[in-house]
Amino acid sequence: MVDNTIISIRDVVKRFGSSVLAVNNVSLDIKQGEFFALLGPSGCGKTTLLRILAGFETPSEGQVLIDGDDMERVEPNKRPVNMVFQSYAVFPHMTVRQNVAYGLRVVGTPKPEIDQRVQESLSLVQLEELADRKPDELSGGQRQRVALARALVKHPKVLLLDEPLSALDAKLREQMQIELVHLQQTVGITFVIVTHDQNEALSMADRVAVMNGGNVLQVASPTELYEYPNCRFVADFIGKMNLFDGQVVGVKEGQVVVRADAITAHIGDISVPFGDEARGKVGIAIRPEKVKLDGEEPKDMPIRVRAKVVEVVYYGNESHVFLQSTSGAKITANIKNTSRNTHAGIVKGDQLWVSWCPQDTLVLTS
Amino acid sequence: MESWRKNKLAFSVLVLPPTAWLVIFFTVPLLIMWVYSFAERGPQGQIYLAVNFANYARAIEWIHLGIIWKSVWVAAISTAITFAVGFPLAMGIAFAPTRWKNLLLLLVILPFWTNLLIRTYAWIAVLRTRGFLNFGLEWLHDEFSAFFALIGLPDVMGEFQALELLYNQKAVVIGLVYVYLPFLVLPIYATLEKLNKSYLEASLDLGAGHWRTLFSVTMPLAMPGVVSGCLLAFILSMGTFLTPALLGGTDSEMIGNLIARQFSSSRDWPFGSALSFLLLYLTFIILWVRASMASRKRGPI
Ligand SMILES: Nc1ncnc2c1ncn2[C@@H]1O[C@H](COP(=O)(O)OP(=O)(O)OP(=O)(O)O)[C@@H](O)[C@H]1O
Ligand SMILES: [Mg+2]
Repeated sequence: MVDNTIISIRDVVKRFGSSVLAVNNVSLDIKQGEFFALLGPSGCGKTTLLRILAGFETPSEGQVLIDGDDMERVEPNKRPVNMVFQSYAVFPHMTVRQNVAYGLRVVGTPKPEIDQRVQESLSLVQLEELADRKPDELSGGQRQRVALARALVKHPKVLLLDEPLSALDAKLREQMQIELVHLQQTVGITFVIVTHDQNEALSMADRVAVMNGGNVLQVASPTELYEYPNCRFVADFIGKMNLFDGQVVGVKEGQVVVRADAITAHIGDISVPFGDEARGKVGIAIRPEKVKLDGEEPKDMPIRVRAKVVEVVYYGNESHVFLQSTSGAKITANIKNTSRNTHAGIVKGDQLWVSWCPQDTLVLTS
Repeated sequence: MESWRKNKLAFSVLVLPPTAWLVIFFTVPLLIMWVYSFAERGPQGQIYLAVNFANYARAIEWIHLGIIWKSVWVAAISTAITFAVGFPLAMGIAFAPTRWKNLLLLLVILPFWTNLLIRTYAWIAVLRTRGFLNFGLEWLHDEFSAFFALIGLPDVMGEFQALELLYNQKAVVIGLVYVYLPFLVLPIYATLEKLNKSYLEASLDLGAGHWRTLFSVTMPLAMPGVVSGCLLAFILSMGTFLTPALLGGTDSEMIGNLIARQFSSSRDWPFGSALSFLLLYLTFIILWVRASMASRKRGPI
């Protein structure tokens, strides 16, 4: 390979029977050494796509290349990838050590090499002490490490993980997120992880593919995904978002002029920086934490809306203020409680000014 | 369950009849047989109650021990063959598409809907010298002969010799495999069905082939079902009576037939009882070995 693409998914379609379209024309390139996440709501086809990579499902159409080789007709046991199953699938009739050694024994690796690699792999996930236990004597987190060690001992080109953290409790999950990232940096293997938890995807991955209904909607780095979502679904799915319907009324050098009655009734049409072509109906979006609240009208802010406080929810480090504009639009503002009485002044029923900068505003064309 | 026990009346109404039934028609007769096994046989087949072990001593005389030993052998061979046929069958059903499963299971238990006696006679019709199997073989033989004659080798196949399939040990084994196959398939099917398919996928994913997966993962994980199924087939085969009586020859007598003979033509109920209890003890020993093996495997936590 000239470039450093390790997995290339080309126009892959997967149908189950005649009615279920699980994966719809997906094309993706995953780079060597990348921590790549497939993110999407339940039933969007993430697991199916991962199983296509592992070889447990055959694509109805399209092609999968791993390290430049076409994977069509390559059995799962001959692919240079390994998988960590959602249920871990740690063999209950083998000890931890036997589980980890299994993948080497079945391909006839010499005994001394097996011993050495198993030891390495166990120490990588800090399981040396538990090596002679049976899986039913382990906790969920430990079992997951076994599944990891068992896959990593094979030195795969790509490690596939299907919701590896979903069975763990919140505290352990957070710890394992950090450990997984650390592990990935240590071994330098490409990780492809499936998750429906956006925080997990954003905090761990180098790049994220957001899926919905079998389609990949956007592939981007976590920051790009959060700050520049390319459609309403991604904007809404990743984090919180204030979304308004708008209409493009004009274009001038790198800006679009938008009319969105819910928020622009008072100030007239607004200009928002936007590079692409935009015409007709669009979505206007702003993140709640990028919204400012003032008592006096902030005349210097080009986008400002008069609104009434409907509810204030206190979260300790921040407060979420739910407002309704005079034209009826619902707006949420997240206020950082940087000192003890930041939001003390804001109570239900207050009339405030909501404002934000044009450069923080998003224009969503789809 | 707790609240059931509190309501004494409802509890006794529900539990007493079946308990009484079991005690009167199962436990008491069994006890009577047990008492008989220590009794003596009168000259006309009367039963004189006594306490002696002569019947048991007779039961382990060489001639009878030989029959018991043969029963164990025949049961073991039939069980092995049943397993060789039944395990792939159970696997086939468990991994079949969902809509086929019920139909396939139905086919496995279909024979239960017909009386065993009739099914065994059907086997006679299949296996005897002028039976369906030999007819089929003869037809094949004739076709091949005709074919070889056509290509200029008229005498290659020789005369057709009908196979002696009935009234011997082979027929008994065939019959036992047939009768007890469902008893072995169902428990194995049940464990395979419950088995998380991810284990098998994990094995493939780690580089094992299908055979390796079968022997290193599927079989060990299906072991509880395999042991139950094989034990069931073995115990039932060992106590069998009808199959050797109808399909077997003079040398095919098994312990079940020996016992049956004591209660009918020999009119020696005490000896028959002793033999029956010997079989029962044997069964208990097998089950005990199995239970202690299972508990040792679970081991200390
Ligand atoms: N073997 C199958 N037969 C038929 N339909 C299937 C099969 N496997 C998956 N599907 C369907 O394909 C779609 C995608 O399933 P998939 O398991 O990939 O979802 P997912 O994104 O992993 O969801 P989740 O987050 O709930 O695990 C679903 O509508 C599912 O019902
Ligand atoms: Mg899934």
